[in-house]
Amino acid sequence: MSLSLVTLFLLSIMVFLGGQVLPGNVGRAILGPFADQRAVDALNHTLGVDRPLLTQYATWIWKFVRGDMGTSYIFRSPVAPFVIDALGNSMKLAAVAFVLVVPIGILGGVVAALNLNRPLDRIISLGGLSVTVLPEFVTGIILILIFGVWLRWLPISAAWPKDAGFFTQLYYLILPSLPLFLVLFGYIARMARSGMIEALDSDYTRTAVLKGLPWRTVIWRHVLRNALLPTITVIATQTGYLIGGLVVIETLFRYQGIGSLIFTAARGKDFPMLESGILTIGIVYAVATLIADFLYSVLNPRIRLGSDQ
Amino acid sequence: MSAVQTPSPAQDDTRRRSPLAEVLFSLMRSRTFLVGLFIVLFWVACALFGEHFAPYDPLADDIINALAPPSREHWFGTDQIGRDVFSRVIVGSRDILTVAPLATLLATVAGTALGLLTGYFRGIVDDVVSRILEAFMAIPVVIVALLAIVALGTSKATVIVVIGLSFAPIIARTVRSAVLAERELDYVAAAQLRHESAFHTMFVEILPNVIPPILVETTVRLGYAIFAVATLSFMGFGIQPPSPDWGLSISSNYGMIGGGFWWTVLFDALAIASLVIGVNLAADGVHGALND
Repeated sequence: MSLSLVTLFLLSIMVFLGGQVLPGNVGRAILGPFADQRAVDALNHTLGVDRPLLTQYATWIWKFVRGDMGTSYIFRSPVAPFVIDALGNSMKLAAVAFVLVVPIGILGGVVAALNLNRPLDRIISLGGLSVTVLPEFVTGIILILIFGVWLRWLPISAAWPKDAGFFTQLYYLILPSLPLFLVLFGYIARMARSGMIEALDSDYTRTAVLKGLPWRTVIWRHVLRNALLPTITVIATQTGYLIGGLVVIETLFRYQGIGSLIFTAARGKDFPMLESGILTIGIVYAVATLIADFLYSVLNPRIRLGSDQ
Repeated sequence: MSAVQTPSPAQDDTRRRSPLAEVLFSLMRSRTFLVGLFIVLFWVACALFGEHFAPYDPLADDIINALAPPSREHWFGTDQIGRDVFSRVIVGSRDILTVAPLATLLATVAGTALGLLTGYFRGIVDDVVSRILEAFMAIPVVIVALLAIVALGTSKATVIVVIGLSFAPIIARTVRSAVLAERELDYVAAAQLRHESAFHTMFVEILPNVIPPILVETTVRLGYAIFAVATLSFMGFGIQPPSPDWGLSISSNYGMIGGGFWWTVLFDALAIASLVIGVNLAADGVHGALND
């Protein structure tokens, strides 16, 4: 948890430097090269960019914490509603990907471990590994071609019609969530597999088998629980990856999520939007890490919150 | 590579092949490595000599024949301004195969230096730097790239620096853990007793002995660098037009795939996929050969 706070802090510094310091004269950038110098100075003063860096940083963070994310340069309206809307959309997409990948990935890893070194294991391990190394937009394009263009089973854009219900939205989200699914499947299945192998090989499993418990009970009660622990860590650490993946996938599928929001903001040099978008992502990451730590301690009998380890 | 064969005096060279030959020998017997190497070399050849055997000029447009499906004249069809997709795919390997290796090289040099420093000195500096690097690793490359490119503008150099610096901490972590093990060995103590400078001990004594893990990490990173370069080009933040780069071609053509013009993107996508998988197979082979 403390580490993810450091990440968040680093990210805020980078966003601050990238968005407010490095681009140079903000007033000049907004008003253009032909604007009067006095107008530029006045605008810089209004925006507060002529004050010391530390003050600027503190003001920026303080405003952000209070929910004031500034005004978009492009839309000329407050940033916060855009960010909140986009975050909601991204969460839908990420939720679909996670709901699909977590059980299937774990199942894949468990099946692979139970069939260790047999063909089924090879197929799952190698298949998972190969799709994991491919860029999301490459698998995305190939999936669009297969399911959207050739088979015509799924829509190629994630922009659903207005007032679409839950199931229509879900239908539009399947294709965009598949590239994320493929990348995450490899990681989760691999961790579940190695966790499972380790658990199967452990003394407590041998004890459970030797004391005559049925195989099914051994797997459910003893092996699976211990095999899942590293998997949870992976799921948490992949949130960071997932966010990077969202930027690409949302762009590819023209989905109005936080990834495409910061992408559009970056292209349009809409700094308040870009900064708020990225900082929001950082907070989501920190929270996800916290939740994973908590889940880990709940599931792991060796760690309890409040104990000294 | 020469560093790998630095023989320890005690080693009996008469019975065994040198360590380098040993590694090469097992690499040549690794089917994974050879398949990967073959794919990579194919694309390297395309990057170097592609223009000479591409049937058309990859940049020459031919509006009358725009969006022609694959045919005998145009094996992979033509794109929206009539450029030959086959020629573009062949020559399109050039930019990604310059940018990605350079980024990996930067990451390796910076990461090795950082890893040696933190691993050798340990203490508070190591604690602080390692923590910061670890926290930095959690930030996706795409986000770092977006920020850097907004602040510095788009250029190949920006892409190289962004990917290089994003990957450096990962290499640093690998090097650091290798150095932590090495620095307890007698030869390091001997160097310290000889009052060698810290610089000499790190870069002349320890570095040659941690080359194998660095080599493995570098080949793995090359795969990710290709991943990252392709992605950034697709996002419009990497290689710029009119380059026939694969990611860039996909980004300028995928808007039309709803119309059924699959050939304008499929071959570029397969090219990226093959190169990434090729590098990963080779990396896997190197990993296997060095960890035997």
